[in-house]
Amino acid sequence: MREPPLLEVEDLRVEFPTPKGSVRAADGVSFRVWPSEIVGLVGESGCGKSVTTLALMRLVRPPGRFSGRIVFKGRNLMALSEHEMRLLRGGEMAMIFQNPMTALDPVFTVGDQIAEVFQSHPQLRTGDVRTAAAAVLEQVRIPNPRAQLNAYPHQFSGGMAQRVMIGMGLAGRPSLLIADEPTTALDVSVQAQILDLLRAIREKLHTAVILITHDLAITAQLCDRIVVMYAGQVVEASPTRELFRAPRHPYTRGLLDSMPRLGHKRARLEQIPGQPPDLRALPVGCRFAPRCPRAEERCRTEEPVLVSSGDGRYVRCHFPLEAR
Amino acid sequence: MWRYVRRRLVLAVLTFWAVSTIVWGLLYLTGDPVAILLAGTPAGQTDVEQLRHALGFDRPLPIQYLHFLSAAVQGDLGNSLRSGEPALLLVSRRVGFTVQLALLAMTLALVVSIPVGIVSAMFRGSLTDRTLMLLSMVGQSMPIFWVGLLMIAVFAVELRWFPAGGAGGIKYLFLPAATLALYPMARIARLVRSSLLDVLNRDYILAARARGLREALVVGKHALKNAALPVITIVALQFGYMLGGAVITETIFGWPGVGLFTVTAIHERDFPVVQAAVVLASGMFIALNFLVDLLYGWLDPRIRFS
Repeated sequence: MREPPLLEVEDLRVEFPTPKGSVRAADGVSFRVWPSEIVGLVGESGCGKSVTTLALMRLVRPPGRFSGRIVFKGRNLMALSEHEMRLLRGGEMAMIFQNPMTALDPVFTVGDQIAEVFQSHPQLRTGDVRTAAAAVLEQVRIPNPRAQLNAYPHQFSGGMAQRVMIGMGLAGRPSLLIADEPTTALDVSVQAQILDLLRAIREKLHTAVILITHDLAITAQLCDRIVVMYAGQVVEASPTRELFRAPRHPYTRGLLDSMPRLGHKRARLEQIPGQPPDLRALPVGCRFAPRCPRAEERCRTEEPVLVSSGDGRYVRCHFPLEAR
Repeated sequence: MWRYVRRRLVLAVLTFWAVSTIVWGLLYLTGDPVAILLAGTPAGQTDVEQLRHALGFDRPLPIQYLHFLSAAVQGDLGNSLRSGEPALLLVSRRVGFTVQLALLAMTLALVVSIPVGIVSAMFRGSLTDRTLMLLSMVGQSMPIFWVGLLMIAVFAVELRWFPAGGAGGIKYLFLPAATLALYPMARIARLVRSSLLDVLNRDYILAARARGLREALVVGKHALKNAALPVITIVALQFGYMLGGAVITETIFGWPGVGLFTVTAIHERDFPVVQAAVVLASGMFIALNFLVDLLYGWLDPRIRFS
């Protein structure tokens, strides 16, 4: 891991103005992704996971604003022209979505939508587009790919449609694939297949993946590292194994305790009391303090910063947990 | 696709049959047709009986209905009670004028409203958007008789660009068409805007941007085709109303269309003519709806394959 990071995000802020004041959906988010690494971005709904990745692709739409430093393959994305950024999207950086049935345009064939990737990127324009599009479907193990090019999205099952989305994402041979809850909308039986597919892609194509999820069980199976977000901030980042063995942030601990695990006899699952804070009216001090069982006076007055403990682990807490 | 077309066609024919039956039945619902026809005239009982027999109203209802149906299938909807000419022929002469007026009005409406709707949606919340939407609200709220008078006052009386009324070349068509176009123009512009804004928030638009498509392609291809579906419905509906006759517009400009003609026939209690007008108008409406269904099927594969 001593090669330079593929992606470096530093102090990323995303804001949306609302009539009741501005909402900071992401507030000082920093993390790194190394080549061919799978990183899980974990947190409750509304914690800023999706918006963070949209900002990485510079797809936050006005009136939303974003700022910070995003360096991808040594290039400062904030300094790129819109044209250069467009070529990057769907090229070196691709994204797949939670619900493939709504992320595919219902009135165009799947083949047409895959072909658009090739037509929109001059660097990919080699040879016959249809052959290339069929190869894309074959790569994600869709049977009879050439015939399927003429099919419309509604003719696919959810799992197959998600394969199409993934294939479309891979068409530009990206070094980074952002997967936003790619299995949440799918049947449980299909989820495992999609996760297998993502793993296989990393093995074969060495594509790094940012996997957004609220499901820690999925990250345990798939991710090398996990970044935990709470109320627009990164609260903990750690290699997966260490995070599960000894979470440092009380919020991570809460998430782990609320997750059913084999071999642990527990009468009932723990839950984290309370609700995430309103992003327009954040508490002073630590954002998790109102829900934190360990909160002390200092937590309610002084905002903690994300600190490294030198072993590849980061935590934003005044009183981090020690190993259990 | 063919299964879909066939089903729609069968449905269209059935609808047409149902509508003509209702039109025939309505005549009897309004009371004794002969009495209505002779109301206000000093006709005696024998005159009534004679006319009833002459018009076939003394036969049992089912026989009358079958007679109506078999004649109708052959294009015979009876003769005008006033002039004695075939009712359908009388109406058909006027339909050409109505179709001309409707076509030009709808063309004007679309040429203006679609670009206005797109620009408004693309620059949502801007001064341009707010101005255009204010104008369209005004356009949607102005009563048509007032718009017509305004048109005449400005373009016929003051500027003398167009004649104030009557029928002739395209010159005569322009003012009534513009008057008739105003409401659908405003309505469609607002609909294009809202439909496009709705579509631009969909996942597949974000996904299209995320795979590196040019913004022109995202909007011009993906957003527009999806946004077109609800717009087509309203365009067809508005066009259908226009084909039924624009009574107020025709009255203001003295345009010899089917609307004014039908109203006159109603006043004269010339029911074969009224029947012919209603049957023809609904026939056009149904045919139009059939075409829209085809267009839907062509645009949206979910409809085509279901």
